Amino acid sequence: MQPQSLQLSGIRKGFGADDVLKEIDLSVRPGEFLSLVGMSGCGKSTLLRIMAGLETPDSGTVSIGSRDVTNVDPSDRDLAMVFQSYALYPHMSVRQNIATPLRMRNLSLGARLPLIGRMTAKASVLSKIDAAVNEAADVLQIGHLLDRKPAQLSGGQRQRVALARALVRSPAAFLMDEPLSNLDAKLRAHMREELSGLHRRLGATFIYVTHDQIEAMTMSDRIALMSSGRIEQLGTPDELYQQPATVTVARFIGTPSINLLPVEIDASGRVMALGRPLGVSVPARYAGPAMLGIRAEDLRPAAGGFAVKVLRSETYGADRYVTGHLADDQAVCIVMRQAAGDPIAVNGEGLSHLVFPEQRAHLFGADGNRIETTVPARIAI
Amino acid sequence: MVLLRKYLPHLVLALGAIPMLLPFYWMLLTSFRSPAEIFDVSLWPIPKNFDAVENYARAAGQVPMARFMLNGVIVCLGILIAQVLTAVPAAYALAKLRFPARKLMLSLVIAALCIPMQALALPLYVGLAKTDLLNTYFAMMSPFFLSVFAIFLFHQSFRSYPDEIIEAARIDGFSEMEICWGLVLRGSLPSLAAFAVFSLVAHWNDLYWPMIVVTDTNLAPPPLGMLFFSDVESGANYGALMAGATIITAPMVVCFLFARKHFIAGLTMTGVK
Repeated sequence: MQPQSLQLSGIRKGFGADDVLKEIDLSVRPGEFLSLVGMSGCGKSTLLRIMAGLETPDSGTVSIGSRDVTNVDPSDRDLAMVFQSYALYPHMSVRQNIATPLRMRNLSLGARLPLIGRMTAKASVLSKIDAAVNEAADVLQIGHLLDRKPAQLSGGQRQRVALARALVRSPAAFLMDEPLSNLDAKLRAHMREELSGLHRRLGATFIYVTHDQIEAMTMSDRIALMSSGRIEQLGTPDELYQQPATVTVARFIGTPSINLLPVEIDASGRVMALGRPLGVSVPARYAGPAMLGIRAEDLRPAAGGFAVKVLRSETYGADRYVTGHLADDQAVCIVMRQAAGDPIAVNGEGLSHLVFPEQRAHLFGADGNRIETTVPARIAI
Repeated sequence: MVLLRKYLPHLVLALGAIPMLLPFYWMLLTSFRSPAEIFDVSLWPIPKNFDAVENYARAAGQVPMARFMLNGVIVCLGILIAQVLTAVPAAYALAKLRFPARKLMLSLVIAALCIPMQALALPLYVGLAKTDLLNTYFAMMSPFFLSVFAIFLFHQSFRSYPDEIIEAARIDGFSEMEICWGLVLRGSLPSLAAFAVFSLVAHWNDLYWPMIVVTDTNLAPPPLGMLFFSDVESGANYGALMAGATIITAPMVVCFLFARKHFIAGLTMTGVK
């Protein structure tokens, strides 16, 4: 099966009075690893379930390849889904679990019955299913577990069985709903690599829901960041990190979180930060209050910078996070990331003066949307 | 002290078990005794004249005991099968499907739990009489084909079945009926065992309804048969009567012992009692 594209257009969904999804348009390319990421309750799981056919949208269409599947049953969409709780059939062995999607598709109802089925099912079909099960088990290295029941497996092993069950029939696309969130941190990092490897090897379309920005950043070709029922930004991990379209995206992506300072844009388009003009300008129509976002790694101590009261510093081997707040405004928390050997440069009053390259600053208007800044030529050099 | 803490609960429970088991013990004892000793209040287990053979032979020979037992099996199994066939899909729909008025229907089920059988007896009797169905197995079974208790019990148990497995099954191509019978009921076998014990015991022991709709001895289930028996014997031979009672009680005790583990799991799991 060729990897398929998947398009959503104008998807709306409400539960009771709440609009969970508001006009979602999304196009997933064939063979792409796309993550839907956002806080819990942002609608990402609902969106995935609409793709799978487990929920019906109030309006809008879902298509896979060139086929409109909005009103097609989940089983006829040719998708495979991996659930957070793995959703293995508890009374079946691992082998039966992996074989189930193929049995349901390739055997008649009579041939699926427990006893009579043995006799009526075609041997050629059964041996094909067996071969496919063994192949999927090999890919995920669970060949030795095939005769166990799910209850006898560890979390990581169940996860592999769930993946094997999904890939056994080469679906048009894989849907994954937070598949790693029940694993411990070390195993999660390991499975992340394996999932990426699996995606490269299969070349299949993966749609991956997570609330963990690190999972999304490390595995995805593209990320759709969702917030309160909308897609805030769709782009590559780099685009989301370097050019966040809204303040929500800027806040969500990156560890530690981006530093946000209140600033004022005056009538001539100058940006006034902490009482002094910043070396960037914006169109005058944005005049008013705004937010300035600075990544922790863009800050460094230097004379003439803005004053920060340093509260603590934490060393993570090569890196160090220095945390404090603005000397003028205790409510604004500032985190600087620097190499562990670099000086913090704290003066006698516990203050450090920090500067940042102005072309690296992100400016967001009062509505939260990004404002493109222009840096006068002399500073850019 | 540790010993006391360990065995005290057992002691209390054992004391509680004595009044529960006493009638059964008395029944068994009486079935061994000769007519002369029947009204002896002593609980000493060894009778002066061991009349068990005579009593049991009489109970088995005087009336068609095998016929009564067969009637009981037919009626009980017929009721149980129909109840499971109707209650399982209903409980699955109420527990796991979303449709309008679902909550209302669940409330109706719970409300229906409060209606006693006796309240319905008259209209049911009239209905069966008008359709000329009195004195049939169907008359004994049909009022119990729909069990709201079964719907409620299965609903409680099905509710805890993980939704994600049902969704995985839908994506894999299971039909709703296959999900209901093959996955969800399969995950609730203890409840099925618990319900089977409840239903079999209740209908095996039921005297009220068969007495109303059946007058033919050939159709009588065990308790009604015993009633005919005691009438025939003019109630004098208590030894034989108790022997008969022991014979008809035994299958239920065996049935419970077989399903005991599942029965208890079924009740503790679903939060009924």
